[in-house]
Amino acid sequence: MPRDLSYEAVMKRRGEIMQKALGIEYSEFIRTKIAFDYEGMMQKAGYSLEKVREIQRETGVGNTPLLELSNITELVRRTSKKGYGARICVKDEAANPSGSFKDRRASVSIYHAKKMGYPGVLAATSGNYGAAVASQAAMRNLPCIIVQEVFDSRHVGQPEIIEKSRKCEAYGAEVVQLTVGPELFYMALVLLEETGYFNASLYSPFGISGIETLGYELVQQVRERYGKDPAYVVVTHAGGGNVTGTARGILKAGAKNTKIIGASVDLTGLHMASDHDFNRKSFTTGHTGFGVPFATWPDRTDVPKNAARPLRYMDRYVTVTQGEVFYVTEVMAQLEGMERGPAGNTSLAAAIPLARELPEDEIVVVQETEYTGAGKHPQAQLDFARRNGIEVRVGDPRENVPGKSIVIPEDFSQLHVTEVDLRRLKRSYIRNAIEKNEVKEVSGEEIRFLAEDTKESEEFVKQVLEDLGVKVSAKAF
Amino acid sequence: MEIHNVILQPEERSRDVPDDTKKVPLEAWIKGWALEDGEIGQEVEIRTPAGRRVKGTLTRVNPGYTHTFGPAIPELSNIGKKLRAMLREGK
Repeated sequence: MPRDLSYEAVMKRRGEIMQKALGIEYSEFIRTKIAFDYEGMMQKAGYSLEKVREIQRETGVGNTPLLELSNITELVRRTSKKGYGARICVKDEAANPSGSFKDRRASVSIYHAKKMGYPGVLAATSGNYGAAVASQAAMRNLPCIIVQEVFDSRHVGQPEIIEKSRKCEAYGAEVVQLTVGPELFYMALVLLEETGYFNASLYSPFGISGIETLGYELVQQVRERYGKDPAYVVVTHAGGGNVTGTARGILKAGAKNTKIIGASVDLTGLHMASDHDFNRKSFTTGHTGFGVPFATWPDRTDVPKNAARPLRYMDRYVTVTQGEVFYVTEVMAQLEGMERGPAGNTSLAAAIPLARELPEDEIVVVQETEYTGAGKHPQAQLDFARRNGIEVRVGDPRENVPGKSIVIPEDFSQLHVTEVDLRRLKRSYIRNAIEKNEVKEVSGEEIRFLAEDTKESEEFVKQVLEDLGVKVSAKAF
Repeated sequence: MEIHNVILQPEERSRDVPDDTKKVPLEAWIKGWALEDGEIGQEVEIRTPAGRRVKGTLTRVNPGYTHTFGPAIPELSNIGKKLRAMLREGK
């Protein structure tokens, strides 16, 4: 009997397709509708830090240089109050084989797929992750399919995404280029079922444990060079994996006082699945369109329990504007001699104003860069924005309106961050945990889980539940 | 060769897509080696780099890439000059 390939039928088979394509028995870790054993899942289903380092050594991933941005630090100090302006260092993740930190994320999945005897690997992603999976698959000689969201209904694609398609094809992957829509995951399911390939999900314990080495390495490098721990590590936040994996690595290195600060490009008001809005975004990742929904409901992904849980680790969450990221991309090239990004420079744009908060002897680490290339370049992206009716001008970055204007700062001192109220996101996450799981009453175990999952106290969780009118079971007290 | 397929017609799409996206189909383009001769616009079968056989409408022969680094952007062109001068002044 032929498979029923209607959207509804495929989505109904989602659980069994994913089970087969990942080989993780999630039910082993699930405790209640809300609570699950997160650490148990990370330990049992993933790989240890030592093993991950070994896997990554095999394919030349990681051990990237940590570079001090001395000219940028100098400008930060000149635009700070006296004695302030922390030293800014960057982890040059563009030095990974496919040009971004995503090689770390892909490395463990591809190793695991090969070990388990899967005939190939598949990933649904429009980001650098596709190139990373394709590159790792090439090294381990596994066929690879990357499903990407590339075009609007006019068959027009952002130069940045077109470049990402090209790079996957350069590594020998089959690229399925789709028009806009969340059915990217439907297409991935259809192909996983057809091929029996491994799902190199961004959100499995394999993917997240692969990033832990990044946090671990940067702490070791900062200690070795400066004899102290970084005060802040600024992480570009989109789906939550970068924050989660990096923070876990930092904690494994024992840097307990280092603050983890998530940074996203502000794209408030643009709908991620809208055919019209699709090409009015000048950033395809690292933005609030992913950052906020993935923080407030991580379990929206292709796996039953997402290993990327940013609210567990983020101490602060800030946004920057598109114009500011293009500006610092230019600054990085012109003052530091490093042409990188632009999307990978989101955390750099945030690190500059954040470094002004700290005394000169502190260290701020920008934990990634990404390769640049045709399409993945400020000139290509700004030209495309202009051709799609976006106003590009020099001015005050505070006047930036996502989807309407991109304002390039006039002056270095104008770089700023906007603080996102993390407690608001945490309340929203708890509400989602109640509503999406259709829970009427919450147990003590669930309160403990929600407190851990939001890096808050049980009292905070109980207060939110009370505000939501949710019954807390008597056993909870 | 590059082939094109409509994966889901507008009425077959997810209920969760915004209204503007709901009006258009979900389309896909895949590249591979032709398994038969054909003209642009005709249905052909290809073998993809992953080894799958897929049928679709032929859209391009020897498809390449034309994305670029883009033209100079005047709004960016003075940033480096201005900041380098600032660094020099302070020393």
